[in-house]
Amino acid sequence: MPDDQTPDGRPREAIHENDQDAEPAESDVPTPSDEVAAAILERFDGARSVSSHGQPVVYLGRSQWRDVAEFLRDEQQFTTCVDLTAVDFLTAVDRAVPPGVEAERFEVVANFLSHARNRRVRLIAQVPATDAEIASLTPLYGGLNFPEREVFDLFGIKFVDHPDLTRILMPDDWEGHPLRKDDAPARVPVTFKEDPRPS
Amino acid sequence: MSEPVDEEELTEEQAEELIDELDALETARLERQTGEGAQELTRGQRELVLTGGHWPEPESDETMIINMGPQHPSTHGVLRIMMELDGETLVRSKAVIGYLHTGMEKTAEELMYVQGSTNVTRMDYASPLSNELVFSLATERLLDIEVPDRAQWIRMLLVELNRISSHLLFQATNGMDLGAVSMMLFGWREREETLRLLEQITGLRMNHNFIRPGGVAADLPDGWQESVLHVCELVEAGIDDYDRLLTENPIFQERTVGVGTITTQQCLDLGITGPILRSTGFPWDLRKEQPYLKYPEVDFDVVYTENGDVYDRYRIRLFEIAESIRIVRQCVEKMPPGDYRVQDRKVTPPPRARINESMEALIHHFKLFTEGFRVPAGETYVAIESPRGEIGCYIVADGTAKPYRLHIRGPSFYNLQSMAPMVEGAMVADAVAIVSSIDPILGEVDR
Repeated sequence: MPDDQTPDGRPREAIHENDQDAEPAESDVPTPSDEVAAAILERFDGARSVSSHGQPVVYLGRSQWRDVAEFLRDEQQFTTCVDLTAVDFLTAVDRAVPPGVEAERFEVVANFLSHARNRRVRLIAQVPATDAEIASLTPLYGGLNFPEREVFDLFGIKFVDHPDLTRILMPDDWEGHPLRKDDAPARVPVTFKEDPRPS
Repeated sequence: MSEPVDEEELTEEQAEELIDELDALETARLERQTGEGAQELTRGQRELVLTGGHWPEPESDETMIINMGPQHPSTHGVLRIMMELDGETLVRSKAVIGYLHTGMEKTAEELMYVQGSTNVTRMDYASPLSNELVFSLATERLLDIEVPDRAQWIRMLLVELNRISSHLLFQATNGMDLGAVSMMLFGWREREETLRLLEQITGLRMNHNFIRPGGVAADLPDGWQESVLHVCELVEAGIDDYDRLLTENPIFQERTVGVGTITTQQCLDLGITGPILRSTGFPWDLRKEQPYLKYPEVDFDVVYTENGDVYDRYRIRLFEIAESIRIVRQCVEKMPPGDYRVQDRKVTPPPRARINESMEALIHHFKLFTEGFRVPAGETYVAIESPRGEIGCYIVADGTAKPYRLHIRGPSFYNLQSMAPMVEGAMVADAVAIVSSIDPILGEVDR
């Protein structure tokens, strides 16, 4: 590292350039090195796999979401889904995604863990803003009951066939979905004594 | 009412209708009279009472629904449990959470990576260092930097000390929930010493903000070995006390053995990790299975038991304190010399001494803390073993100095779902023991 470098590192353009170079090179690999990702790609058309910092990630169509989870559970020994969350890419819809994947506003992200094989895999599905819903995995993995309610509550993504899809963290009568990028932080209007009242 | 009819002209059918009508009126009158504060709720009112989601119709008329919490002292904060009771037996239950939701994941999107650890450390306030560690590991993976050996050993030492203090907190509150107030005092006594040690090392008793992306905030203070070993001895003596007080205590066993059982299969299905999973006879510990830091270089055992009840979860946490002390002792023994943070000037500010003599160093320091460092675009999920189970951190970076999305997979959030299967068929008093044995930290559940 040269000493004269600015503390905030490279200019932003440089980072982006690097990423553009690196991303396709990684994802152009026809068969992924990870065996689970390879198995999913073999079974399901349209799935794309990348290695994200050494972790296998599979991008899926939303319609395959539940089938792939079932495949992982029943045929690949992924007995646990450790985490499910979502990301709102409202301000970054033009982000880098693997070729063949159409970037949408939301991404639903699930991390699976196989205790028997001691490996992990991450599934990512694109969910459009106009019709924000995806199949629920709670019937397959009971532990996703709370997290799917959380995503519904904070992102407004509906999980079809969820047994109890209600708000979990916010009050029942809350309007809006706080973790969406267009949901501004709440402000309490302050009126000062000397201020003229709003007419 | 229909027009008055001559009694003699009533057919049998009409008479029955009339009786039904009168019955309905009488029922409505009674319902109105008992409507306020009574447990017999009409259908319309039931909606009002049960916020926090839909509640299916009770299975029989004999049951009643009551709430425990959110202010109940044994719910460890602000957990509310809706319970359907048949007499004193729990038919089913539902955890209602969100009372402590402060939008920390939203806040995290507004904070730079250098500030991020101050935010995540407040999630699981009983083991803040685990949160800082998982956040730092995720950031470092995105930055693709390797932390020096000494920093990794310091991190391991701190996280294990934190595991001790967290399990001591459990021992104390678990004892009190079950009526053993002396246990509360015992647990607090040793926890206080552990927190004092953490204060000596990090400067704060909790919410340390000490493990940061790039290493730790400062080197270990002079004489830390003696302090650490002293605390180890104190805690070991404490464990003996708890062991003698509770483990063979018939009253304690009566309350806990065979209560709140859960199976491995249920745990795996519900995504439950940590001591609850290990209490079912499944020795899964990320420190062994997917090692991070320097855990492969220390010698320790994964504690597990077979029965999956409240008593086993108590014993696991007790023995895990002893295992953590083993790790801490090895940290003291094997602590290598070297840097306590990475010497990458993009991430690490210049040393304090340099700021006094070099204008560039001052500017550098200022820029790093006002603008932060940029993290290349990408996403990653990192998981470690916190005292409560797998804590994970999912970060999406967009190339700026702030995370685009930061998500913490709190073990308590998932573990809380084990309550419903555990309390089924148990008594109300058992519910207190069961919730206590899950050891949820509501700051992490609600975030």
